[in-house]
Amino acid sequence: MGKTLFDKIWEKHVVQKIEDGPSVLYIDKHFIHEVTSPQAFKGIENRGLKVFRPQQVVATADHNVPTLNQHLPIKDELSRLQVQQLIENCKKHDIELYGLGHPFQGIVHVIGPELGITQPGMTIVCGDSHTSTHGAFGAVAFGIGTSEVEMVFASQCVLQTRPKTMRINIEGRLHEGVLSKDIILYIIAKITASGGTGYFVEYAGSAIRSLSMEARMTICNMSIEMGARGGMIAPDETTFEYIRGRQFAPSGIQWEKKLAEWTQLYSDNDAVFDSEIQINASEIEPMITYGTNPGLGIAINGLIPIAESIPDEGERKNIEKALQYMGLQGGKALLGMPVQNVFIGSCTNSRIEDLRLVAAFVKGKKKNEHVQVMIVPGSQQVAKQVQAEGLDKIFIEAGFEIRQAGCSACLGMNEDKIPAGEYCISTSNRNFEGRQGAGARTLLASPLTAAAAAITGVVTDIRELTKK
Amino acid sequence: MVALQKIHSRFVPLEMENVDTDQIIPARFLKATTRDGFGKNLFRDWRYENNDETKPKAGFVLNQPQYSGEILVAGKNFGCGSSREHAAWALQDYGFKSVVSSFFADIFKNNALNNGVLPIKVSEEFLAKIFSQGNESTISIDVEKQTITIDVTGAQETFEINPYKKTCLLNGYDDIDYLINNKAAIEAYEITNQGY
Ligand code: SF4
Repeated sequence: MGKTLFDKIWEKHVVQKIEDGPSVLYIDKHFIHEVTSPQAFKGIENRGLKVFRPQQVVATADHNVPTLNQHLPIKDELSRLQVQQLIENCKKHDIELYGLGHPFQGIVHVIGPELGITQPGMTIVCGDSHTSTHGAFGAVAFGIGTSEVEMVFASQCVLQTRPKTMRINIEGRLHEGVLSKDIILYIIAKITASGGTGYFVEYAGSAIRSLSMEARMTICNMSIEMGARGGMIAPDETTFEYIRGRQFAPSGIQWEKKLAEWTQLYSDNDAVFDSEIQINASEIEPMITYGTNPGLGIAINGLIPIAESIPDEGERKNIEKALQYMGLQGGKALLGMPVQNVFIGSCTNSRIEDLRLVAAFVKGKKKNEHVQVMIVPGSQQVAKQVQAEGLDKIFIEAGFEIRQAGCSACLGMNEDKIPAGEYCISTSNRNFEGRQGAGARTLLASPLTAAAAAITGVVTDIRELTKK
Repeated sequence: MVALQKIHSRFVPLEMENVDTDQIIPARFLKATTRDGFGKNLFRDWRYENNDETKPKAGFVLNQPQYSGEILVAGKNFGCGSSREHAAWALQDYGFKSVVSSFFADIFKNNALNNGVLPIKVSEEFLAKIFSQGNESTISIDVEKQTITIDVTGAQETFEINPYKKTCLLNGYDDIDYLINNKAAIEAYEITNQGY
């Protein structure tokens, strides 16, 4: 029987299988950041250990850093201590740190790929659930907890039970105005926020093949929002072209050797998945969420569901509670509803392509006066590219605010927060209660839908503005 | 890790689905560099008026003195969202030894187990039975036998737990001990698989 892409990589990395238990899985790359690593460093130190393979660990500061005046000492004392702790830990354990002020600093899931660290066939972990992003390169990449970070520090391995496999095939052509963010929001709305739990998902089909690497990353990034352990896409020419020539990509003979391996990374024709889902690309419209989990999404021109009409009691209560928090009413449209904030950033949509798309649409326009618009590039390198291409001028002329790289209002850990009760169209990945600040109301959407709202001040179907 | 063999306790009912880790412990409390003290911010925004510890929300179950115990019972898809282990630390620090639900998010489940908090997956029906109990009702959990029992009615279900994890839990072993003891195998693997 043939093998799935997932199995090919997984099996190659199993050091040992514990009888009736998990496998010892070898980890090629371990990304760390300031929030989920300090307790793990303490843990191994308490055991009298050093980091086992420091060269396979890459660190950055992203979650808890300010996005203004990064050259100054961090004002918030706890945040400063946490970032300082990372610096000290990395020094003590010989780990490469792309900290504040470093030209490679940025959101961990943005910098791994852009530096060429993320490569096909790897196992990659990070103490962050959106590690699934790296799966876009045909890697087995997943988020882990701090105890597991400690395991990797101690042994370069984690104990993991093999997840089940799912394939989601998306065939056909995408409609105008539909971005990869819409694809993944559509999938999650369809299978729910827990529909992928226990699975590792492979995205396949002609619609996926047609996407750029950055668009693929957006899809894999949000795999966790349907509960999946991770998401992945088989590497192809698009993948290889993206990696070629990047800072840490293999070169010369090494490149040829790797390429030969990478081209074997696909699911065999007769591979069997535990679950398969077929989607026709033409079903997908620009999407937006109305609730407090990423599965509560609708087509931008659709109506919010009426809670009473939902047969399942748990689901009904869920939606009632969500609508109450969001201040929304079932049966109504979101189109035309005023928003006060637009956030363009996060590991889902803060890469150069996202910002290029936004800039191309915004060029020559001005934001609506009632909206605060914040653009937070995913990394220092993205920020540099934005300047090199003059996109910053377009944003400034439109009245948008551009910040420095970091997670920012995606999780509201630093001072970038959405005020209580206000609406924010956000290109991030989570609309949980209070995620962007206590009482903040998040509507998840694509960068284009976010940009459209920035200009009009209301929830807008981008296709209405781009009609020729 | 502390060994966990049996629990006999009242329970706290949290009749809600999709309780995500941002609710269990909001991001603004993740600035600490130790594992301690997260319990006081468990379910912070459901427990208190915005940022004011002196104003508890009376409607939230943790603020209702009639409910207490070492077992949290919650609706399906508990622990979805972020990988933050702080969620497990907060539950443990607050005093919970087990969370019972009809469905758990993957990463949370691992994190809980790695901290000696036992996630018990029960059927929807059994969950409904627990929720229908009064606040005086107690639950017994036996890790060795893998059973959960509502004491007053005698209703019982067996739950699944990976045999390896069960051994760890019963004896208080953790995964890191296991891995460190198997370094030789890991080093041997590295020699034959010089991947990246
Ligand atoms: S941008 Fe948001 S989702 Fe991504 S790593 Fe940062 S906090 Fe997590």
